[in-house]
Amino acid sequence: MGQTLAERIMSRLAGRPVAAGEFVEIQPDWTFSLDDGIGLIDRYLKANGVERLAAPERVAIFYDHYAPADTPLHAHVQRVGRLLCERFGIDRLYDVGEGISHQIAVESGLVRPGQMVTNTDSHTTTTGAVGAVGCGIGAAEMAYLWAHGALWFRVPESVRVTLNGRLAPGASAKDVVLSILKRVTARGAIYRSVEYHGDGIGQFSIPERMTLCNMGIEMGAKFATVPFDTVTAEHYRNLSIDVGDPPRPDADARYAEEWSIDLATVEPMVSVPNRVDDVHAIGTLPEVRINQALLGTCTNGRYEDLAVAAGILKGRRIAPGVRMLVTPASKAVYKRALAAGIVEALVDAGCTVTTPGCGACAGIHQGVLAEDEVCISSSSRNFVGRMGNRTARIYLGSPATVAASALAGRIVDPRSVTEAVS
Amino acid sequence: MRAEGVATVVGDDVDTDVIFPARYLAVLDPQDQAKHLFEPLGPEISEKIRAGGVLVGGWNLGCGSSREHAVTALIGAGARLVIAKSFSRIFFRNAINNGLAVVIAPELAEAIAEGDRVEADLAAGTAVVNGVPHAFPPLPPELLALVSRGGLWSPRAA
Repeated sequence: MGQTLAERIMSRLAGRPVAAGEFVEIQPDWTFSLDDGIGLIDRYLKANGVERLAAPERVAIFYDHYAPADTPLHAHVQRVGRLLCERFGIDRLYDVGEGISHQIAVESGLVRPGQMVTNTDSHTTTTGAVGAVGCGIGAAEMAYLWAHGALWFRVPESVRVTLNGRLAPGASAKDVVLSILKRVTARGAIYRSVEYHGDGIGQFSIPERMTLCNMGIEMGAKFATVPFDTVTAEHYRNLSIDVGDPPRPDADARYAEEWSIDLATVEPMVSVPNRVDDVHAIGTLPEVRINQALLGTCTNGRYEDLAVAAGILKGRRIAPGVRMLVTPASKAVYKRALAAGIVEALVDAGCTVTTPGCGACAGIHQGVLAEDEVCISSSSRNFVGRMGNRTARIYLGSPATVAASALAGRIVDPRSVTEAVS
Repeated sequence: MRAEGVATVVGDDVDTDVIFPARYLAVLDPQDQAKHLFEPLGPEISEKIRAGGVLVGGWNLGCGSSREHAVTALIGAGARLVIAKSFSRIFFRNAINNGLAVVIAPELAEAIAEGDRVEADLAAGTAVVNGVPHAFPPLPPELLALVSRGGLWSPRAA
């Protein structure tokens, strides 16, 4: 019997062949945490008298949720994390300004194909874009992993998603994953590993694959992954990293379900409040006027996303009364966008650029919403109160949709702007 | 492992942002976290959970963010038992690893109304709702053992 990618990777970690449904005690290749989890981890380690970590070389800490600190309490937990790094000999601390964990993990080549990533962040599915598997876990179990070096996991069943054909102009990877959510709902992949395949997968770059995998969690998935191929190989070649011969799923692997998507039919889509799976083709929406537009986050804050928005906004001004926030996913994204004139084009159009990181997405800082306000966002969640106010309404769309809507002052089809389809 | 109390019922796809907003993630003590439990929905749900100790959800309870505060704030408020038609995997893990009794049981969750008295025996896979018996598949033995001894960091877990 062949293995899925999740089974192959978890078999390597378990030191024996394992299949979906089995419980294993394993040490993942990576055990990451963030500024919003490090305080709890410190508390568990101190309360239990932990004096050394099992594998500090597998740990990295990223300051992305509170960067830079906006309250004394957030400044405090960031300090706690810095002291913890000193205490336990953790070398990898990506401090304020470096960016979002998943973005850094992929763009720097820290995570390699065939690895398993754990992180105290649900969007860790994003790292599956490079033929790895990643999942979010809690702080108690992350502290336990750091202290003891192994933790229980269940080997997930997998879903094979076949992407066929080519995307039409004006449609994006975000629209693809929103289309999938519309079809399978927010419960469509609970406990499962979503594996992307098909003749259409080759057209998606690593940044686009990150978007596809990122929103796997919004379907309930444990992992979402694009198996290693020539696009992945090129990513690591460009980084001068030798990844050897990474594992891929076997041709005769067993899947719990198979979904097939015809990419040519995917249109710009919008998820409407307050459910991520309440997805509509943009042309079917009634008029929705906006107060804020957010471009950024682990879903769509990459160089390519900023470039798409700049293509639409260059030489124009966003609508009066609309604020547009741009939060690069990482310092590397920021620098590249600066060098290419993209940041200048966005600022000239009226955008506000914020510190690389998670930005306003989680409703913590850098652009929370007032009561009854409406935001179009390139992020992944539109839950009640998500961006800081229970009566605010969040619509989710692609970077092109965000930019075109900021220009119009209402949610519009990006294909109405010539530059979005060129 | 047995748990009992009076049910507070919530709907489908209740996410962890609603259970515990992100702006309080630096609050580390479960008793302090409990002050923000279900804050976006107003104070009523939190008060009922404090009084009754049992939360009953629909499908996909605890979806979204991985924040374990969603579980530990429930524990801090005195919740002893959570029953749902299905759980988001991270919320489920956080419950097991922190010693909060969880039951996956679509029919049982459907049968429970707000204010019902619920008793559950996790190992036996049996529950009584207002005196009426129900059955559900018990958790896998590995997880039942872990949650029964209070989670990963329980003094009893050594």
